[in-house]
Amino acid sequence: MTQTDAFRETGEDRLLRLLASGWIFLLLVGLIAIFSLLRPAQFGSGYNIQQLAINAAIILVLAVGQTYVIISNGIDLSIGSVLVFCSVVSAEIMLALSGAAGTTFGTTSAGWGVILLGSLAAVATGIAWGLLNGFLVAVAKIPALIVTLGTLGMALGGAQILSGGTDVRAMPELLVTHVGSGRIFGIPALVMIAVLVVLVAGLVLHFTRFGLHTYAVGSNMEGARRSGIDVTRQTMAVYALSGGMAGIAAVMSNARFATTTINGHAMDNLTTISAVVLGGTSLFGGVGSVFGTVVGVFIPIILLNGFVILGIPPFWQTVAMGAVLILAVWIDQLKRRLRKRG
Amino acid sequence: MPEPILQATGITRTFGHVQALRGVDFKVMPGEIVALIGDNGAGKSTLVKILSGADRADGGEIRIDGTPARFGSPAEAQAAGIATVYQDLALAPDLPPAENLFLGRERLKPGLLGRLGMLDRQAMRAESAKVFETLGVNLKSHRVPVDTLSGGQRQSVAIARAAMWAEKIVFLDEPTAALGVVQTARVLELAKRVRDSGTSVVLISHNMPQVLEVADRIHVLRLGESVANLRPAETTVDGLVREMTSGTREGFTP
Ligand SMILES: Nc1ncnc2c1ncn2[C@@H]1O[C@H](COP(=O)(O)OP(=O)(O)OP(=O)(O)O)[C@@H](O)[C@H]1O
Ligand SMILES: [Mg+2]
Repeated sequence: MTQTDAFRETGEDRLLRLLASGWIFLLLVGLIAIFSLLRPAQFGSGYNIQQLAINAAIILVLAVGQTYVIISNGIDLSIGSVLVFCSVVSAEIMLALSGAAGTTFGTTSAGWGVILLGSLAAVATGIAWGLLNGFLVAVAKIPALIVTLGTLGMALGGAQILSGGTDVRAMPELLVTHVGSGRIFGIPALVMIAVLVVLVAGLVLHFTRFGLHTYAVGSNMEGARRSGIDVTRQTMAVYALSGGMAGIAAVMSNARFATTTINGHAMDNLTTISAVVLGGTSLFGGVGSVFGTVVGVFIPIILLNGFVILGIPPFWQTVAMGAVLILAVWIDQLKRRLRKRG
Repeated sequence: MPEPILQATGITRTFGHVQALRGVDFKVMPGEIVALIGDNGAGKSTLVKILSGADRADGGEIRIDGTPARFGSPAEAQAAGIATVYQDLALAPDLPPAENLFLGRERLKPGLLGRLGMLDRQAMRAESAKVFETLGVNLKSHRVPVDTLSGGQRQSVAIARAAMWAEKIVFLDEPTAALGVVQTARVLELAKRVRDSGTSVVLISHNMPQVLEVADRIHVLRLGESVANLRPAETTVDGLVREMTSGTREGFTP
């Protein structure tokens, strides 16, 4: 066999790769098939599918950031709190700019300019939190688990200080109607935003130098450094990206619920981490995909929806998810052990 | 006689109370394999680290092609054409061989896409296929993570990577220590090919028959001093062991 031939993947290689990363995808397809067969009218209805997608949109955006962080061998526990902080900052800026500071209820007549500024502020604030996380992890060398646990508390407390502990419940009318419940080409705007984020993040992760360096840092940090990669900068960029995603998600959340949701995001970190891991991204870094994460986000959502439609107490969804998560990590470790033997 | 590509004189390095190097004189000529041998703790790894920018000498001088050089980091040494394959390989185990070969120096797509950071994977795969072919490295698949390769193949990828980016010198610190007979032979063959392609090789090894077989010149360190500079034809395994255990500075001719 010549060298050039060796660059073509053999059928066996492909099968192994699909089996290793594809079982969770098959699980998702299987769940959808079962629920649609059992209750085609309810589960398969256009309305239900749209609701599922809208429910997934915000967590998808967060999970994409988490995917980058985990591939780089880090973890970000702070995303839910950063989302809350960003949403409060964004909401208050929009209130102040529309001359309605102090309004506590209803909608404002803020224009698109104000909404744009508020959104940019949310993303910039998220990036700032991410840079703080990245700095503490990469420069101060504090374990990511501790750093992001710390900023989780700081961001949540900060949001409560800024808002006086109660949600900001006055949002621009335009934001709520056009982004929160609006449509673009018949597709819910929130879903559209999530799809865009997923596509861009997937392209960047799998096809660019930035993406490759994210894998390299997660795979062997010392090796990446010796290869001339600026590991500190890459790590900070990855956390900044995760923070920026929390900023985008904050805008989506404000738009969807027409209020900030200070107490609504305590579980976002665990939800996204389990989605990312379910999707085949390794907690040890160096391995993973955005596509896997999309699958990992939808599994619990479909499971819950299916159980509700079938009349199974939804508590079973929590039980089933726990089991699936353990299974996913176990399979990841099996894969690693098999690989090592080669 | 040709100029040495690398000439180090009077290199000293002290760690606390340990004098790891006490004035080592070391050179590398163009197109040769120099074996660097010595007992455990003789200072081989320390010397290589200094020459490849991973550590700094307390005293002495390094010249590259006759001009004094000072490496603050491995990246600076690499820029000067010197690369090192460390005892613990610096590969990314989860990435395929081609990506590893180009890590830190990726090929980007031409035009706007390239400026956006878009990788040219095809170019990198094709180019690394060529490198592996000229160096005689046989890999069954180029898509799988490096982690799934055998120890010898991983070592080969690491050496190919170093050879690809260092026009002048590749340092190999005990490249065959963990390998079986067949794989060791392959790695040594690879070292010869690297030399034949015009890049000099510095080989650290504890395997004396191996050293006599592949080296063009043998430099012996003992307790941080250069004690012998020999041609394989002029010596035997016993002769090398004698130098390693009781050689003195006086016996050294640069
Ligand atoms: N970072 C360090 N701190 C303290 N002492 C060191 C350090 N690096 C090396 N030494 C000491 O310097 C001496 C030379 O070590 P070195 O690793 O260069 O030996 P070596 O010839 O490579 O040995 P081996 O064959 O075991 O690899 C040893 O006594 C070692 O303990
Ligand atoms: Mg050593």
